[in-house]
Amino acid sequence: MDFLIFKAPILMVQASLDGILLGILFALIAYGMALQWGVMNIINIAQGDLVILGGYIAYTMYLVGIHPAWGVIVSPIIMYFVGWALYKLVINKVVDRDLFISILATFGIAIVMQQLMNFIFGADVVVAQSEYGTTMLFDNSVTLPNSKIFAAFISVLYAIGLVIYMKKSRLGRAIRATAQNARAAKILGVDTEKVYAATFGINAALCGVAGALISITLTLHPYVGLPYTVRSFMIVIVAGLGNLPAVAVSGMGLGLFEEFADYILGTEFRIGAVFMLLVFILVYRRFKLSKKREYLK
Amino acid sequence: MNKVKQKDLILYSGLIILGLAAPFLFSAFKVQLTYLCVLIVLAMTWNLQGGEMGYNSFGNILFYGLGMYLTASVQVGMFFPLAEWTESGGEKTFVHTTAQYFQGIGVGLLVAAIVPTIVAGAIGYAILGLRGHYFAICTLGLGIAAGEIAGGIEIIGAGQGFTTPPFPAEIVDPEARGQFFYFLSFLVLVLAFVFVKYIYGSRFRLILNAIRDNEDKAEAMGIQTMKYKIVGWMCSAFFCGLAGGIMGGLIGYIDSTDVAFDGREMGVFMVLMAILGGKGTLWGPIIGATLFHFFKEGLWTFILGWQYVALGVLIVVIVVYFPEGLMGWLREKYPDRFGEVIDEKDRKAQVELK
Repeated sequence: MDFLIFKAPILMVQASLDGILLGILFALIAYGMALQWGVMNIINIAQGDLVILGGYIAYTMYLVGIHPAWGVIVSPIIMYFVGWALYKLVINKVVDRDLFISILATFGIAIVMQQLMNFIFGADVVVAQSEYGTTMLFDNSVTLPNSKIFAAFISVLYAIGLVIYMKKSRLGRAIRATAQNARAAKILGVDTEKVYAATFGINAALCGVAGALISITLTLHPYVGLPYTVRSFMIVIVAGLGNLPAVAVSGMGLGLFEEFADYILGTEFRIGAVFMLLVFILVYRRFKLSKKREYLK
Repeated sequence: MNKVKQKDLILYSGLIILGLAAPFLFSAFKVQLTYLCVLIVLAMTWNLQGGEMGYNSFGNILFYGLGMYLTASVQVGMFFPLAEWTESGGEKTFVHTTAQYFQGIGVGLLVAAIVPTIVAGAIGYAILGLRGHYFAICTLGLGIAAGEIAGGIEIIGAGQGFTTPPFPAEIVDPEARGQFFYFLSFLVLVLAFVFVKYIYGSRFRLILNAIRDNEDKAEAMGIQTMKYKIVGWMCSAFFCGLAGGIMGGLIGYIDSTDVAFDGREMGVFMVLMAILGGKGTLWGPIIGATLFHFFKEGLWTFILGWQYVALGVLIVVIVVYFPEGLMGWLREKYPDRFGEVIDEKDRKAQVELK
């Protein structure tokens, strides 16, 4: 084998660390998607674009002169209202409909968001400098940007916070009740319309956090939203709805896969590999289920 | 009965005459008319499995792009080394003679029709086992993956694109190129229409509808659903490949993600046009595509830069407010024109119940 990664095994450590830290970030986005998929039964293609928008909010703060790390607090607050507004404008009309309608409608939203971000922030690849420096491991052969560690840490913090919120708070209970049975919840006095709006808002807020973290660890570009959507979709179908440990593990698995694919296939095939993995996972699940005469639902 | 057939005959011959005369009547819009033909073909064949079979695919762009690359590759590869052609980029060291050009595009289109059909058949068994939104997302992934992968392959130009052979310079008539592509696409359109029309009168369509309405029950009735699903998808792939091949020659330049596997434009357009006109009807996609094309061409130039925003809003509006499309709306309004008999008493009773 002529691959660099096999010649220098230390690169495997590098790829693994990068992959796991990145995977935690993906898991956070996927958790948001699982939340709104489970509660509202819609698939949001604009998920990735919400992430990128969140990232641009942090980037704007960086341009103004505020440290972009504050974005992890500001961005979710703004994104909550963006999500809420999107729900009121479009999503509330597709909640009870066929899933395909929601896919197509959110695809439309995604196109609009991409183009608007392109107008506002330009078509350049940008990154917000956190200036956190890097940690060197193993005789300086493995470099680990501190911003990635920071990102993983914040992601875990938000995920734990959300789990506690969903368990303890009144709104969290209402959301879980609606997810179980929207009609029964309605009869028992839960304002499901409000719950849906809040759920979509929370999802958008999570995307905002993830976006702010991406703005300091990776790069931002108006048109790279869709891969994030596909990643989170993939994680959700592997992990199932509302199972946080499984979401975290499969997120890390996806991160590892991506980093290794990057080294082995080359960077130009990275996104292609992600999309092919989606196809393979779906086809694998389909063949496994078809043995039992079942299909993915 | 005879009267209806006569009416049809007049309609079809009228349309064909209009189609044949169009490039001479509106000679400034030949390229637009070619686009229109291709769009109608795409919408009509998408409808075959999206509307009739109920398998909403975002991935037919895969066959379209495949056809585009195949036509151009065959057209070049038949006479010249392909790798050197793509490497030289815009500066042409090789020139097709007139005969070579037409031979090349003929064979190329043949390959572009056959290979995607085979590909659809080969992956069909795996992909079509998925249902509903999983199928939609899986095909979306396929289309985008194809674009990303094609953008990394050197021999077909990788990221810098692939220039298709220019129209032979020996033909001096400036109108010739536009007319050639228009009549080519019109021929494909007529072929596709005849084919779809034939399917609409056949048992095959009833089976596809049964699959759409309830696949488990269709299977329980003894229909080998998988076989029909694959054939349905292959029919779409055949025409998508042809359409792609023509568009490649017309545009003259193939880029992996912006022209060939253009999920953001063509991939969405074909779904949107079929829904706009009305899924699951013969004329719906045709009307939808025509309206969409007029809307697009009329508006695009006025809102330059904002066209994607308009497109996104259009998608949302159509999908949210008119999911049944134009034909669905007409059907609700004038049900008797569609051969539906409504029992007035029953309808009133229904209204009272509501």
